[in-house]
Amino acid sequence: MTISINGSAEEPPDDPRVSLLDYLREHLGLPGTKKGCDQGACGACTVLADGERILSCLALAVQYDGRSITTIEGLATNGSLHPLQRAFIEDDGFQCGYCTPGQICSAVGMADEVQRGVPSHVTADLSAETIELSHDELRERMSGNLCRCGAHNGIVAAITQTYARPAPTEGAAR
Amino acid sequence: MTADGSAVALGPENWGPGSTPDPLSGKHGLVGAQVSRLDGPLKVRGAARFAAEVPMEGMVYAALVYSTIAKGRIATLDTSAAQDAPGVVLVMTHENAPRLNPAPTFLAAAKGGAGDNLPVMQDDRIYWNGQPIAVVLAETHEQAGHAASLLRATYAPEDAVTSWHEATARGTEQGSFAGSPLGLQIGDAEAALAAAPYKIDATYHSPRHNHNAIELHAATLAWDGDELILHDTTQGVQHTAFTLAEVFGVREDQVHVSSPYVGGGFGGKGMWQHHILAAAAARLAGRPVRIMLSREGVYRVIGGRSATEQRLAIGAQADGRFDALIHTGTAIKTAHNFLPEPFIFPTMCLYGAGSITLDVQVAEMDMLANTFMRAPGEAVGTFALESAIDELAGQLGLDPVELRIRNEPESDPTSGKPFSERHLVEAYRTGAEWFGWDQRNPRPRARREGEWLVGLGTATATYPYHRMPGGAARITLSQNGHARVEIAAHEMGMGTATAQSQVAAERLGLPLDQVTFAYGESSFPGAVLAGGSQQTASIGSSVIAAQRELVGELLKLAGDDSPLAGLGPDDVGAVDGGLAGLADGGGWESYTEILGRAGLDEVSAEASAPPPVEAENWSMHSYGALFCEVRVSAVTGEIRVSRFLGSFDCGRIINGKTAASQFRGGIIMGLGLALMEETLFDERTGRVMNPSLADYHVPVHLDVPEIDVMWTDIPDPHAPMGARGIGEIGITGVGAAVANAVYNATGTRVRDLPITLDKLL
Repeated sequence: MTISINGSAEEPPDDPRVSLLDYLREHLGLPGTKKGCDQGACGACTVLADGERILSCLALAVQYDGRSITTIEGLATNGSLHPLQRAFIEDDGFQCGYCTPGQICSAVGMADEVQRGVPSHVTADLSAETIELSHDELRERMSGNLCRCGAHNGIVAAITQTYARPAPTEGAAR
Repeated sequence: MTADGSAVALGPENWGPGSTPDPLSGKHGLVGAQVSRLDGPLKVRGAARFAAEVPMEGMVYAALVYSTIAKGRIATLDTSAAQDAPGVVLVMTHENAPRLNPAPTFLAAAKGGAGDNLPVMQDDRIYWNGQPIAVVLAETHEQAGHAASLLRATYAPEDAVTSWHEATARGTEQGSFAGSPLGLQIGDAEAALAAAPYKIDATYHSPRHNHNAIELHAATLAWDGDELILHDTTQGVQHTAFTLAEVFGVREDQVHVSSPYVGGGFGGKGMWQHHILAAAAARLAGRPVRIMLSREGVYRVIGGRSATEQRLAIGAQADGRFDALIHTGTAIKTAHNFLPEPFIFPTMCLYGAGSITLDVQVAEMDMLANTFMRAPGEAVGTFALESAIDELAGQLGLDPVELRIRNEPESDPTSGKPFSERHLVEAYRTGAEWFGWDQRNPRPRARREGEWLVGLGTATATYPYHRMPGGAARITLSQNGHARVEIAAHEMGMGTATAQSQVAAERLGLPLDQVTFAYGESSFPGAVLAGGSQQTASIGSSVIAAQRELVGELLKLAGDDSPLAGLGPDDVGAVDGGLAGLADGGGWESYTEILGRAGLDEVSAEASAPPPVEAENWSMHSYGALFCEVRVSAVTGEIRVSRFLGSFDCGRIINGKTAASQFRGGIIMGLGLALMEETLFDERTGRVMNPSLADYHVPVHLDVPEIDVMWTDIPDPHAPMGARGIGEIGITGVGAAVANAVYNATGTRVRDLPITLDKLL
């Protein structure tokens, strides 16, 4: 039994109560994934499980036997930052930096969902083949990741710069 | 090299009358540049180590158990099942906790950091619902949490005051803030109000709030004999070190507090019982301890903003001039802390009036001690004041911007001091033009787009300039031309480390990459609280003082063979990695040459900032003009903020990129205050009912529109760098700007925060 963490095969914990979040932070020495509530309300603990975004605080580590987990520490390749990480710096998409790993991992998973045509609450045409990552689509899909410093504009700008074609922003009211 | 190549003279020796402005305040180079955060590469990789992420050999995990009554005694406390649970190392209760000295309390002692002055687990008394009654240490986080769930407590409850009505019925008294009474009278405002032809007299309510930094409060700590090593997340490393030293009876320099990264503070990352409990348990168990509060634990142990009831009355003439301005009301605190919510602060400086009455009455309740949260006083005080101005403008048939301009004071309306700088009217004019304020229809409910009622609102933001005593800094200059600035200040996302690196580089005539700004260690000089929006000024004045020492030392070292021979500190400036004579044809010599000739690898200088006399001589405040557009569903009452603009006058802006984020962040927290934030307090039991981020709502991405920010950038001649501080002003006025826009959209005036949709139906 092993869990792949950023490409490295790791033994699951002995204690089945250990959440994937605590497994990363307390067992593997990978504290880049953050704990902000431990109850699925803030999104700071978002990681990618086989490419899909999940809340690692609501996941038991032993459930992920045989699965592949990517954390913020695994996004950079060959020492070079992921384009979204670079965009977060350029667009000031954070202040304290605590929600940031979750925002970034969530955005990577979110962009893939849009690519696959998965609709959201604000998608007008549920049967559309392609979904444009509009200002409202982006904000709705990222609303599970709280930021208390108020870096929302910078986060949206960074994600837009990385994943969306430039498009005029519509009114904020949906 | 500095951008324009000219030498930067040293900053002033003092900040009193007759002092010259900081030469940096007019300099356009690194200061003012949009530099990306220097800690950005670490933070986007998750590589910045926060307090709960520092490894310690042999560490155990702490879990807390909380009382379920508001007042009384612990009758029985059965710890046996917890003691026997797997992995448990220690169960600490009042029966076995070490004897501790009282904790010096914030604002009651110079470096006091504790949220209250209550004994910490010293006896069986309960003072609030949620007070820790036991600490469990175990080998793993899971074991500690499970064992804590096995504790069984029974209580002998006593009558507790947990309702607003009962607390105020028992009597109130005038609050005080840092020794000054929260009240004043100029003339007879009640008589002037009664006689005024136009008047507004209304009551406004603001609820309890919690800071809700996303990083949970945490500490990783260990004792080494009488030395305490504490990795913390704090807004006051020196305050925490001092306070813990007092509690544990050790010397201040035996407590080593490190806090290089703070995952959000907003006033909440002070010193609370979890620090003391974790350190006491570590001492008892002889093991290093990691404590990380649960989100519920944060609501139980870390105080928030207290509720207020405010009366705001204005009497005016037909031309809008104020004859009477009355801002009074009540705030709640405990008998064990010193922080009544000072909601009258904005009314002390914003408007001229023929007569003024201000008064904060305080009632006491049996609850967790409240504390300061972003812009204490101004955040909720501006809701009442700036809503009332809007109501009065409607009555007078005047544009609310014009009404404010007509009541601009010549000098500070309550202290009489001259303003250092005040460009609020300019901020209004540029903001109004950019926002398109002239599109506003003064008649409420006049604009509808489908189901959406659209309205515009405006309000004033304000926050005072502060520079607290205690600033000091050390600069170490190396022969290779690198400077290291050390100061016990903090970075919790404000951009302090980046902005102050820019300042230090410009001041020392060095490129940005030749400067290290080191902070967040209690061993560093200075006691610079990350509070009161004062770090920029405090660090600025400390570095100026240290640079004067350093330059004096360098000129001594330079000696007679230097092109700088015979010059004193005020004759030289820093440029191009060295010092230059300021007079025409003055010589220049590099730091490397000066140190090399003296045979030194480095030179170090430390100095304390001069006393903060500037605010004794001038009325120093930052200002802003806020403009808001809301869309309110005529069907459901749902409120969406669709546009927001903040036009600020805060002196010089040091880093446009991080400053814009500070302004926006404050405004967004203000949107939460306006529309959704409320800590629900059960008045029967004194227990917080929504201690989670699922039940206490903060703004999420879809709630936040693009927010425009702009600033006058006019330097304040009496502030270091000409900058007055920007950390808190963003949240002020936002509640009123939204409320005023909601009124314009719907015709409904909501005077009770938050403005939830039920109040519009």
